[in-house]
Formats: sequence, C-alpha cells, structure tokens
Amino acid sequence: MKRQFFSTKSGIILAGAIIGIIAAVLQYMGNPANMGFCIACFERDLAGGLGLHRTEAVQYIRPEIIGIIIGALLVSMLTGEFRPRGGSSATIRFFLGVFAMIGALVFLGCPWRVFIRLAGGDFNAVTGIAGLVSGVAAGAFFIRKGYSLGRSYSQQKPSGLVMPLFMLFLLLLFLFNFPRLFQSVTGPGAMKAPVIISLLSALVVGAVAQRSRFCTMGSVRDVILVRDFHLLTGILTFTGAVFVMNLLLGQFNPGFVGQPIAHNSHIWNFAGMALSGLAFALAGGCPGRQLILTGEGDTDAGVFVLGMIVGAAFSHNFGMASSPSGIGDFGMWGILAGFVFCFSLAFAMIQKRRKLAGPTANHNERGGK
Amino acid sequence: MSHSEMETIDTRGLSCPQPVIMTTQAVKDALKDFEVLVDSEASLENVSRFLQSRHYAIVVEDKTDHKVIRAVKQA
Repeated sequence: MKRQFFSTKSGIILAGAIIGIIAAVLQYMGNPANMGFCIACFERDLAGGLGLHRTEAVQYIRPEIIGIIIGALLVSMLTGEFRPRGGSSATIRFFLGVFAMIGALVFLGCPWRVFIRLAGGDFNAVTGIAGLVSGVAAGAFFIRKGYSLGRSYSQQKPSGLVMPLFMLFLLLLFLFNFPRLFQSVTGPGAMKAPVIISLLSALVVGAVAQRSRFCTMGSVRDVILVRDFHLLTGILTFTGAVFVMNLLLGQFNPGFVGQPIAHNSHIWNFAGMALSGLAFALAGGCPGRQLILTGEGDTDAGVFVLGMIVGAAFSHNFGMASSPSGIGDFGMWGILAGFVFCFSLAFAMIQKRRKLAGPTANHNERGGK
Repeated sequence: MSHSEMETIDTRGLSCPQPVIMTTQAVKDALKDFEVLVDSEASLENVSRFLQSRHYAIVVEDKTDHKVIRAVKQA
C-alpha cells in the first residue's frame, strides 16, 4: 500500500520539526514567551478579542487560530479529505471543550504549550506533563472499557464550511480593524508576531498537522492503549525542535521561579493539565487536532472549539483562570466541577461492545459459527 | 470457525482511537482474516499501521464513501 509521506515515520518527524521551529520563531518575532504557538492561550485571546471576557491583558484576535483552520481546510480540500460530518454527541463535546479550557487555564497552557514550556526551560511543565499523562491514561481506561460518543454521519457541504467561514469573517473584521474588537495594550495579548507572519505560519502548521495527524493528546493515548509510538515520535521531535531553536535564539531560561506566564503551584499545575488531558482524551483530540478536524469539515470538533472559546470566557469571567501570581479564586472549583463532569460522562457513555461495533461487527457472537 | 463469511468490523463514523481499539479485539480473538470498514484517512492510516505492526498483510479497497481494509494474518 502506498502511504502518503506525512503518515510515515520520517513524515511525522518532519511535521514535529516544522511545527516546533515555527513555534520558537513566532516567539522570537513577538509572540509571548514560551507561547509561540499555544492553542488554548490563543483561543483565550480570541475570546477576549471578541469581548466574551474582559481581562484586558489577554484580548487579541490571534491570526494563528484562524490560519490553522483555514490551512487544514485548504489542504483537506486539495487531497479530497474534506468531508462534512457530525452528529456525534455535539452538546457533550461542547462541555468537554469548556472544561478542557478551564483545566488548561489553571495550568496556563494547552498540551502544545506544556511541551513548549518544557523546551523553554520552565520546569513547572514537568508536573503539567505528569498531569497530562494521568488525565489521558484515565481517558484511555474508559476508552478500553467501551467509552464512545457514538458515530458521526456525513452532512451537507455547507455545515462543514460554517466554522471556517466564521473564522474568515473574523479575519476580515480583524484586518479591517473593526473598532469594536478588543485589543490588549499591555500583557500577553499585546505581544504578537507580525500579522502576516502569524497567518502564514499558521497556514503551514494547519497543513502539516492535517497531513500528519499531529496530536499531543493522541501521542500519549496511543502509547498507553496500543503501544504505538508514531505520534509520540512527532511530539518529541516537536519539543526537541523548540528546545534547539530556543538555544539558538537565546530563549532558553531554565528554572522553576519567575517563568513567563506560569505559576509554580505544582498541585494545580498537575490537576489543571490532568483535567484538560482527560477532557481531550474523551473528545478524541488535543486542541490543535480539534482545529484541524474543524477545517476538515468535522462539525463536532467545531462545537468542541466553540466550547473551548466559551470555556475561556467562563474561566476569566468567573475567576477560574490562573495568573503568574497563582491560581484564581475559583480555579479549584472549576477543576472539581470538571472532574465530576468528565468522570460521570465517562462512566455514563460506556457502551456494550456490540452496540459500539454495530450490527455487522459482532465477531464475538458470530465467531462460533 | 468457518471462513465462509468474513468477519467485518464497521468503524465508519467513529473517531480515533475507536477503529484501532475495535481492530485490536479482532487481533486478540486471533482472527486469521477479516475486514475493517473505515471512512476517514486518519483511521485508514491508524488501522493499517496497527495491523502491519501485528503482522497482518493488508489490501485496501475503495468504495464510494468508505474504504475496506482486508487483513490476512501472515505466518
């Protein structure tokens, strides 16, 4: 069987390297420290740019989020992989997105940033990674038990285009300086690479990630579930690439204290990323992967992305998001609610294998014939 | 077990990693040949990679809205 290049081992390694180099360079060009390319942070900024929350330091319509979806859309159309689909527990996915974001903002970063932070010398990322692995392991446990959000079905072309078109619309509002958009004057939201560079880089990341199925959560999950190290190879290369580029660009600052846009409450770094990892595992993809799937026409992933954007607004409006000085007043309650939701859901959605497999797949039952 | 009717695992519409997990079950049941229906390229790659790692020879057949992976255990 002929395999497309990016699905091979060299392919996933190249993909990790490209995305890693881009992340480090974007930071060099102006993006916040150890946040060259963070999906959760940028969706949080985007939520702020729309005024969904009013934390003035983190408001910016990040072209990276728009670009990654459009990049995935374009390449999936070129390769015939654009396939509008949906109908697999959309509302549940929305709330998984909400809680994935609440967890990520307690830690201060998504699974992409946890590796970027590590590669920048922020050792608080170690507890974050431990949390991520624990959360994904919990999700994998339920998947093995038969957890499923059910099948999706093909939909009409317009439904797969709604999210990408919405993103294009946001891009136009942004490029034409619609005066009601919110824009940070100081803080992380004011730190940004030139728009054209952000946008072009994101198109490349979207295309490369679409081809390679790059997924941070999946890299951990596949190792736990089926001892498949394919995606992990990509993530390790990604981390290595950011690290080497950071050394070259003078962006490597090892330590625990005074790390940029980070705190060192180890328990909450762990718990935040654990909640996030569990929610991503239950939804079937890390935040980057969800953007890619959205670009491919997966409307369920699109709903998850909207959940993350709304989750960012909840986090900041209700004091659940952390800041460099520590966790928010209600951060621990957000984490608690998230775990209650995710674990209840995980138990409730365990299906008998027969149901999961569908009528044509009862090989266990038909095996005796 | 007779081989008159090949076992079929229908993973259409299911997202990763479920297609692979369902295929794992067939491999655990030591099925010598079976087919897996997939409807996304990602699932096709994942299931193929998994089967090849477990020493199955695979042939992929294109249908209109999905693909069929035929797997045969190698000696």
